[in-house]
Amino acid sequence: MENEREKIQTQIWREEPEPDNPFAASACYCSGFDVFGDLLGKISLIEYIWLLFKLDPPTKAQAKVFETLAIALANPGPRDHSVRAAMNAGVGGSTHASALMAAIAVGAGNLGGAREVFTAMNYWQQCGRDIEKWKDIIENPPIEERTDVWPEMEHTPGFDPHGASCPTPVKQLLDHLCKEGAGETLKWLQSHRENLEQFSKTPLSFSGVAAATFFDLDFTPEQAEIIFLFLRLPGAAAHSLEQEKLGFSRYPFFHGAVKLTNDPGPVNKADE
Amino acid sequence: MNDDKSLLKGPQLLQSFEDNWETEMGACILGKGRVVLRGRDLLSELTNLRWAELLVFAVTGEESPKLARLIEAMWVISTSFPDPRLWNNRVAALGGTTRTTASLAINAASVVSEANAYGVRVGKRAVDVLYRFKEKMDSGAKLEDLIRQELKKYKVVSGYGRPLVSKDERVEPLLTFAKSVGCADGPYVKLAFDISNYFENSRYPFQINISALMSALFADQGISAENAYYLVTQTFVAGMFPCYIDAINHKEGTLFPLPASRIKYTGNQSTRDWTY
Repeated sequence: MENEREKIQTQIWREEPEPDNPFAASACYCSGFDVFGDLLGKISLIEYIWLLFKLDPPTKAQAKVFETLAIALANPGPRDHSVRAAMNAGVGGSTHASALMAAIAVGAGNLGGAREVFTAMNYWQQCGRDIEKWKDIIENPPIEERTDVWPEMEHTPGFDPHGASCPTPVKQLLDHLCKEGAGETLKWLQSHRENLEQFSKTPLSFSGVAAATFFDLDFTPEQAEIIFLFLRLPGAAAHSLEQEKLGFSRYPFFHGAVKLTNDPGPVNKADE
Repeated sequence: MNDDKSLLKGPQLLQSFEDNWETEMGACILGKGRVVLRGRDLLSELTNLRWAELLVFAVTGEESPKLARLIEAMWVISTSFPDPRLWNNRVAALGGTTRTTASLAINAASVVSEANAYGVRVGKRAVDVLYRFKEKMDSGAKLEDLIRQELKKYKVVSGYGRPLVSKDERVEPLLTFAKSVGCADGPYVKLAFDISNYFENSRYPFQINISALMSALFADQGISAENAYYLVTQTFVAGMFPCYIDAINHKEGTLFPLPASRIKYTGNQSTRDWTY
């Protein structure tokens, strides 16, 4: 009977049941490693995240590069759209889950978000370290004939359409990753950044460095997209909780910002 | 709108928008007791609208009781199945069994409905494919060629084929309703069934599904793929609430429990030690 039941198929996870309860695990193995019997106290969080996606441990250099990226992404800061979404949940006293759902939803998009990383990863897959291919794809971005729920890209993925010059933290991150023994992609990006910026007429952004890092570390675009989503959540969570305590009265409402250009004026209102 | 800003770029563009959001869409006029939506006073001019009519007006800017009625029928007939096995509904039910909030469960389930295999992503593409095919056919292209090209490029024609079962039981009732309100005779409904007929007489196992019919009805009303997508993003919720409520009313954690033996491990090594 047991064999006839549907099962969850996975290469990631294996469990052994407790003798007294088939619904409780006595041991959990992640790609063969005993999570609670071996890995606890032995590996870092970033190594564990790597293992979950890659099913093999990272080298020390890979773990270092991955962790550096994770630190750089962990808090986009309170001006970032995704963090603002989380804070909007916070100031009104919304559920904490909704704060992270809001951060994920807003941080998922084409502008500075996870979908931009996904698309930039596709560019890396197509162009590699060939500057002529990059020039061509930036000047002639691919256009999909059929529609999708994702809006079309309105700028070169990995570059900030509203930037002036490449921000110092973006350069610091790229330089640091290169010093840490990053792969050829990041080194190539560092040496060709200004060329690419000239082609796109916009400066490199964090999402561009993130995409190059994920590409160097041999993540797929899908993996890069979803990892980027959760790596940015710690800051959203912290800022949301902070604003929850402060409340909406000390948070921008943009009182005079909305300007209706077609206000019909008072309708059937004697007091107006 | 904002034509004066169209030449600005970079930080200058952002500065021009700082505390400055010019819009024709609407706003609440705080302290004045007024709400304006697309140039209309919501609290005095629009209070008699049915909710679906308001949705249509909010999305399209048009007042169309006929389209609103059609959308209500789509939501009732097509997308409100109270079955917790359906992948999106199961999220709502899992939320119920773990005792999360209804809002979290229903909205998480709703966004899951934006899938490749079913739901509103398919729906948007199904509208798009009808418009693309019609435009090319009006220029002389043959339907069978377009279908073959679409299959070659995308492996599917959105709106045809269905996970789990092939025949879609919703097509007939929605078509019957559309006929009753005089919406079933347009060129896009005809095109949708022409594609269906092609598949019926081919080696392909695809049958028309509800997305194709909904899309054809939208297209015959002149609704764009984008607006059709907006009009159905919340379409599944009436089927999700029963799943959530049912799970809440059962003992916690009892929805589709899985013992450890229900995990089929297919990894390479069953045990190994972490060494540096």
